Amino acid sequence: MRTVLFLLQKEFRQIFRNKSILAIIMVMPVVQLIIMPLAADYEVKNINLAVVDHDHSSYSRQLISKITASGYFRLADYSATFKEAMKFIESDHADVVLEIPHGFEKKLIREDEQQLFIAVNAINGTKANLGGAYLGQIIRAYNQDIRLELVQPGRINPIPVIEITSSNWFNPLMNYKFFMVPGILAILVTMVGGFLTSLNIVREKEIGTIEQINVTPIRKHHFILGKLIPFWILGNVVFTVGLLVSWLVYGIVPVGNPGVLYSFIAVYLLAIMGFGLLVSTFCETQQQAMFIMFFFMMVFILMGGLFTPIESMPDWARAIAAFNPVSYLINVMRLVILKGSGFREILPHLGIIAGFAVVLNSWAILNYKKTT
Amino acid sequence: MENHKNGRGEEVSIRADKLTKQYGDFIAANAISFEVYKGEIFGFLGANGAGKTTAMRMLCGLSTPSSGSATIAGFDVYKETEEIKKNIGYMSQKFSLYEDLTILENIRFYGGIYGLSRGELREKSAALIARLGLQGEANKLVASLPLGWKQKLAFSVAVLHQPRIVFLDEPTGGVDPVTRRQFWDLIYQAADQGVTIFVTTHYMDEAEYCNRISIMVDGSIAALDTPHRLKQQFGVASMDEVFYQLAREAKRADG
Repeated sequence: MRTVLFLLQKEFRQIFRNKSILAIIMVMPVVQLIIMPLAADYEVKNINLAVVDHDHSSYSRQLISKITASGYFRLADYSATFKEAMKFIESDHADVVLEIPHGFEKKLIREDEQQLFIAVNAINGTKANLGGAYLGQIIRAYNQDIRLELVQPGRINPIPVIEITSSNWFNPLMNYKFFMVPGILAILVTMVGGFLTSLNIVREKEIGTIEQINVTPIRKHHFILGKLIPFWILGNVVFTVGLLVSWLVYGIVPVGNPGVLYSFIAVYLLAIMGFGLLVSTFCETQQQAMFIMFFFMMVFILMGGLFTPIESMPDWARAIAAFNPVSYLINVMRLVILKGSGFREILPHLGIIAGFAVVLNSWAILNYKKTT
Repeated sequence: MENHKNGRGEEVSIRADKLTKQYGDFIAANAISFEVYKGEIFGFLGANGAGKTTAMRMLCGLSTPSSGSATIAGFDVYKETEEIKKNIGYMSQKFSLYEDLTILENIRFYGGIYGLSRGELREKSAALIARLGLQGEANKLVASLPLGWKQKLAFSVAVLHQPRIVFLDEPTGGVDPVTRRQFWDLIYQAADQGVTIFVTTHYMDEAEYCNRISIMVDGSIAALDTPHRLKQQFGVASMDEVFYQLAREAKRADG
């Protein structure tokens, strides 16, 4: 055990002497936590709308002003023909085209029926999807308003109306920051833990100091412990800083017990660092390690359930996500911070992550060869 | 450990028997056999790419031989690599102390890894720093030292735990002549205390300082004897010429 103490002393000296890395470790999470949730907004605003109004009636003007007043749309153009409006989509100045046909008002009143045409630029999937849906919603609401105006409500409503009222539990205002911030914090902890460990060992390989270590009678697991412990502590520090930022900037206070959160993070860091160690045993240069880590990080992040729900992925993708430690962390973070789940609810997650930690670290120790 | 003695009663520190390292079709070290005795300074010469470092890495337990056998300080090179590592010191071609640690921190770190006690560490690091005349520099980062001092420090750290054998891979490459002399003084001091020195070099004047030298050509040992007898055998006046005669026959490209 004394050997581990010497290793720890050395490792901490090197960490604290490398001021720029230390600053990056501390400043990066703070800046990212402050900037990213504000920018990575799920609500789509400023959808550029091109209107082709063939009717020029008071009804069509009403509809248009209702749309622009919603706050989601910006009137990009008021074209005379659909062809012209299409040009705006082609030049990327418009996202949605709304075509109001001739005799819109007349037909709506007389025949009680009318059709509108919406063309959506589907290059940006999210924007197109939501833009179309918003527009549909506004038009439906508009439709209902007119009905009330036109049809005097009799004793029996001619059109049955189902009204839906929903309430959002655990996040009453559907504040997207409440689920983005814990998710982003999860990713930051993963990046710091994974990258630091893998790059650190590969750096020793590059400089050649690892050879000097390999020629000593040092035990492999001592060496690995000497690398794990300092970065494990750093990971916890980053996590704590992140929690403080979410509290100070976003007012997010874990509803659940922070102790539950920390015990999960403790095991999680071991798992992700074990992964970093494993990668480092396969790589000879920091460049290789960086690219391999980058590849996995991309998969971890995009398939971790932060941006798109895992439940809606195809089966094969869900199978991959089951091996993605980040998905468990994001899940647990949301469960504990937003929902206030206790130890019992996160136990399955904890068990799986503990399994990852054991497998990855043992594999790393086995694969680390003092003699080649 | 049982004593390994040769016919003349000298204790054998290193014994290699047909030691071979093969990478695919390439035989880096081809059935090399030799013995090195306790307290001896054994020079290991050869052109670049002749297989010196490969051979040395096998003897240090850093690389597993493809075939043949060897014992280092009586320990088997296949099965007892960790025992070997307790008994040897190693200084690689690449400077491998931590540049972002101070002189004192490097000494204490490596001493600690080899299991020296706190008292020993204090005592030995003070003695080491005094011997190298680095009293004023002990708390400076190793990165700030000139190369010659770095090499002397690296050597002193390699023998800090009083190994029985120390392996030096081109320890004086790029070092000025005065510092090289000082470096060899350190080597002699260690040898006088009974440490076996196994050293590779490209400097022929250094070869003359060795008790015995072997010259590797294309992965095999082409000559092995005292510098004096080698010169007699080849009928030349200097080690330079001995080396030229042997190295000229090399077929491997330089590198």
